[in-house]
Amino acid sequence: MATVPMWHALLLAGILFALGLTGVLVRRNVVFILLSIEVMFNSAGLAFVVAAARWAQPDGQVMFIFILTMAAAEVAVGLALILYMHHRFHTLDADAISIMRG
Amino acid sequence: MNIVFYVSAVVAVIATALAITRLRPVHALLNLIVSLMAVALIFFVLGAPFVAALEVIVYAGAIVILFVYVVMMLNLGESVVAMERRWLPARAWIAPSIMALVLLGEVGYVIMRSGGNSTKGVGIAPEEVGAALFGPYIIGVELSSMLLLAGIVGAFHLARRDHLEPEITEER
Repeated sequence: MATVPMWHALLLAGILFALGLTGVLVRRNVVFILLSIEVMFNSAGLAFVVAAARWAQPDGQVMFIFILTMAAAEVAVGLALILYMHHRFHTLDADAISIMRG
Repeated sequence: MNIVFYVSAVVAVIATALAITRLRPVHALLNLIVSLMAVALIFFVLGAPFVAALEVIVYAGAIVILFVYVVMMLNLGESVVAMERRWLPARAWIAPSIMALVLLGEVGYVIMRSGGNSTKGVGIAPEEVGAALFGPYIIGVELSSMLLLAGIVGAFHLARRDHLEPEITEER
């Protein structure tokens, strides 16, 4: 098993999170925005697992399982919303649905 | 084993960078799968084999495949590439990248000041994770079940066609 300095692993999680954040900010296609959010969830889970490895306790891995569950539920609803948006507005542009009305 | 961590880290960063910059959704998803596999390998060498398996099964196996199905159902074809090219001029990347880099720099500064701790290098067996999950964290499991139920109901309601079709004809 690897004994890497903790900050290397946490910095990796930070880099992945920053990449996901850039994706959310830059892309206009909602599919890519959802994909970038998944990258951010994954990096947060990586930080938890690194902490679990640092203290050799299972709690971080438990938190990763919760993040995984939340990501699965979020992506199911998000993709259903994307399908709805594509059927109703015939576009995947996030700017096209800037007006909310019932 | 440390070299496995660093090689996987480089692969994960490159694959993620490719995933968020590709124009075709399917190419982005394939790069995301590579990134998730690399992170699963990192989990394994950090001593979390159960989480590594979950990463492959749930993230790469279920979530990304859900994305693939939706991309297939959207049936975007060649038009999406031209659309993405129009939406993503090079200058659109500048400001968000700088902002994310500044935040990353701050996070990196804080992490590096936090001292020279290393990961312990001991594996945590699945039974320990399970004992914690169904012991002190049982309330979280219950709440997750409610969240998943809400997700199922929400996704089912949103994806239903019978209330979707009349609205489309109404809009036109």
